[in-house]
Amino acid sequence: MKLGLVIDLDTCVGCHACAVACKQWNTSGTTGPLSDLEPYGAEPSGVWFNRIRHYEADVYPNSKTVNVPMSCMHCEDAACVTVCPTGASWKRDDGIVLVDQSKCMGCNLCAWACPYGARELDEESGVMKKCTLCVDRIYDENLPESQRQPACVLTCPTSARLFGDFDDPDSEVSRAVAERGGVAQMPELGYAPVNRYLPPREKPEVTVSEETRGDSTPGGAAGLIGKWMKRQKDAFDRFGKRTSGEA
Amino acid sequence: MHPALSVIFFTVTAGSGYGLLILLAFARPAGLLPNISPDQIVFTGLLGLVLVTAGLLSSTLHLANPRNAWRAFTRFRTSWLSREAVFAVAFYPLAIAWLATEWFTGNTFASNLLGFLSAALAVVVFICTAMIYASLKTIRQWNTRLVPVLFLLLALVVGALLLMCVGALSDLILGRLAGLTVVLIVVTAVLKFIYFKVIGTPAGPTMNSALNFTQASLRLLDVGHSGETFHTREFGHQVARARLYWARVVCFALAFAVPVLALLISWPVGSESGLALMLLAALSAYVGVFVERWLFFAEARHVVNLYHGAQST
Repeated sequence: MKLGLVIDLDTCVGCHACAVACKQWNTSGTTGPLSDLEPYGAEPSGVWFNRIRHYEADVYPNSKTVNVPMSCMHCEDAACVTVCPTGASWKRDDGIVLVDQSKCMGCNLCAWACPYGARELDEESGVMKKCTLCVDRIYDENLPESQRQPACVLTCPTSARLFGDFDDPDSEVSRAVAERGGVAQMPELGYAPVNRYLPPREKPEVTVSEETRGDSTPGGAAGLIGKWMKRQKDAFDRFGKRTSGEA
Repeated sequence: MHPALSVIFFTVTAGSGYGLLILLAFARPAGLLPNISPDQIVFTGLLGLVLVTAGLLSSTLHLANPRNAWRAFTRFRTSWLSREAVFAVAFYPLAIAWLATEWFTGNTFASNLLGFLSAALAVVVFICTAMIYASLKTIRQWNTRLVPVLFLLLALVVGALLLMCVGALSDLILGRLAGLTVVLIVVTAVLKFIYFKVIGTPAGPTMNSALNFTQASLRLLDVGHSGETFHTREFGHQVARARLYWARVVCFALAFAVPVLALLISWPVGSESGLALMLLAALSAYVGVFVERWLFFAEARHVVNLYHGAQST
């Protein structure tokens, strides 16, 4: 078994719902709490297993916003497990990488070894915490079968996240990766990350009019609106001067 | 990388102790200090052990959950940190056996052999310490063979200067040790210079390659968190370029230039002013290596910064 996630960068809208669902489930789950420091202060900080970042690829007018959620890649050759001096960091037979909190001494070395920023030290309890692929829910037979998925996958409003076994060539995740050319992040470091990212689909080119681009004098309706707005602004400026002059 | 004071103090102080003990084992057999007496060896050896112990105790200060520190002895097969812990503890009985044999039997085959074994184990311990950093592929400034070599050489430089102090204090014949110290300092300075050249060459993943967007430019729009996170605190530490440059200058001046000048001024060593100059040289080298170790952390750029907006490491 090689459990992991597929994240579709074409459909992800960057809403952070997966991160919130993850925090909600896991803070009260077996690895919880995901402690927060100054949650109501000016600079709130805390443990998250999943973080979403937003990037712009290329430049306007060909630019595209890409939202990239990142959590543990559950690497096959996980450096965080081998560098751990206490044996707290371990990999299950189903591929999930976990931290045994009763053994962790909080030395941070696993976080240093992880290229993906998947591990965060919980400063309240002094132990390292990370994504568990919701191990306390995917095997829970008290839940209906459709619910035995990680919280992030269940909550995603655009179904941009898939969960499954990459060892099974017929699984949903394996088929999605094959069809869409799913890629791993920083495979060159040699840790064999399991999670895959589906690249954005090719989009038809959008023609942008010269007025919108703003590199020519607007004519037509846009020009009229512009002239009208300029008149309003001038009138407003004059009005302001007259009142201050009288006062 | 965040330069944690406890870790800097640990690697510099324990390193100086190991460096002192390594050279001490060769002081009499190799003729570095040919007329050093057994009780002077024991006294100097204990000084080395005090430095090592102070360093090791400091290293536990950066643990967030030190209750579980004893478990660090359990993953010897894969973890350099675990190897360091095991060897560091194994070093004590061996070093104490060496110093005890020296104290009771003096210059014997047994005492010299135990000294050599202690020196070998000290090298192993400190290489393990360096490998904790050098084995991390996520930080290219650390992931080079120069790192363990420089860790060891810098430890030997401070160790050699401390041994010079002991020699000057007791009016011992210092010529050979002084020569070795100058050679050590020159070799270390050259390698450290090469190290700065190596890390100054761009290499490794970029933001584009890390995110698999290699067809066009890529920039961070929003990092997704409003305040500091564990990652920004641990990996996002950044120092102004001008300050890094001056730290390099200070490091070279204090760790290499001042000790060499002091050695040359007091040549032939053993003159009246020798001890004061050697104390100055050792102190200067210790502070210089401290600055070097601070730079080692401050200049290290973890690949996770690529996801936080850095274009390269």
